[in-house]
Amino acid sequence: MPRNPFRTEAEAFRFVLLTIVYGALIVIGNKIDPWVGLGVFVVETAVVAWWIFTRGRRERPVPQAPPPHPAGERRILVVANETVAGTELIDEVCRRCRSGEKVLVVSPALNSPLKHWTSDLDEALEDAKARLEASLAAMRAAGIDARGEVGDSDPLQAIEDALRTFAPDEVIISTHPPGRSNWLERGVVERARERFALPVTHVVVDLEAAGAPT
Amino acid sequence: MTAAAEAHPHGHGRGDANLHPPPIHYSSRIAPPIVGIFLFIGSEIMLFGSFFTVYFFDRVAANTHPWPPIDPATGHPYSRPVFVALINTCILVTSSFTMHWATQSIKRGHRAGFQAGMVLTFLLGLTFLLGQVFEFLRVGFNTSDTSFAATFFGLTGLHGCHVLVGLAILLVMTIRAFRGHFSPEHHHGIEVGGIYWHFVDVMWLVVYTTVYIL
Repeated sequence: MPRNPFRTEAEAFRFVLLTIVYGALIVIGNKIDPWVGLGVFVVETAVVAWWIFTRGRRERPVPQAPPPHPAGERRILVVANETVAGTELIDEVCRRCRSGEKVLVVSPALNSPLKHWTSDLDEALEDAKARLEASLAAMRAAGIDARGEVGDSDPLQAIEDALRTFAPDEVIISTHPPGRSNWLERGVVERARERFALPVTHVVVDLEAAGAPT
Repeated sequence: MTAAAEAHPHGHGRGDANLHPPPIHYSSRIAPPIVGIFLFIGSEIMLFGSFFTVYFFDRVAANTHPWPPIDPATGHPYSRPVFVALINTCILVTSSFTMHWATQSIKRGHRAGFQAGMVLTFLLGLTFLLGQVFEFLRVGFNTSDTSFAATFFGLTGLHGCHVLVGLAILLVMTIRAFRGHFSPEHHHGIEVGGIYWHFVDVMWLVVYTTVYIL
């Protein structure tokens, strides 16, 4: 997603400088020939659009401190949306939890862009909490030592938050199947692999096929 | 915005819950003042966009002669005060630099630099506005003369109104700077005011390039 250039005063100032360069090149081109000016305008605009839309896709790795938990202890971070109680996800976590691994389930408070921008988070928080409780109940029933948190609406931000408090050794991201998953469309799994220096496992949960409760 | 599933995310249930209103909870990543300035700038872009639409319609679609058109009173093309506007442009661009200097100074706790930056920004903005008034008085045509004159005064006058509003904001910020307000930790009012001032600067660069040069 492109980043707004007016997020801070410093970024707005940088935008002013870029506008000067942008306008100056067009004016110079126009002085040579109006068609050159038009060409410069088109090229510059295309370059700026490309830069804005591709820059948001690039992920910088997040520097991590060594996990503060005791040696030998293994921690797994699970990030899931509506698929948080899916059987595929529970099975995947069960396979990893044979020697008392600790599991933290993060359920991002999914929200519409409009509600996010207007800070209307009540419903999103309640929904995420309900999903989380259902998931924790399913995991405990399967014998998994799990606890949970409601996380940021951005799954990558939710992972980053959990990294600082939980220090996991591995991350599991659960999504809907391709074609129905908003997270996959946004490249959340790929971006998580770029951003975090941790093994990231992607689990696909098909709720429609499994008939699991949402 | 991470909240433990077991905890009360809104702070309810505390002993003093009846003594104070519950804390406002909103996205930790987009503060309401920032959302406000985004909405404001969005509406401003639409406002300027409508004026530019009229300008380009008049210049491209409704005009069959060279631009600028012939002044019926003199029989010569309208003369735009390009040089005075260039001086004004330099003044306004410089004010963006001083605004940025002021913001950086308060972030570093350098109050003298902050105050000097605010005073300089205000004075430069005032000089720009007075220069524009001077230009209007000597330009040699009036709003009711032709559609060119109307769009010229419309675009530059609309921008001038924004400078006037910006000056009022800068004046308040400058007075607060001398009253000891703001600190390296709390300077949100400077950030938001600075964003607005840079926006005014960017809009002038677009207006100047379009109306005076191209």
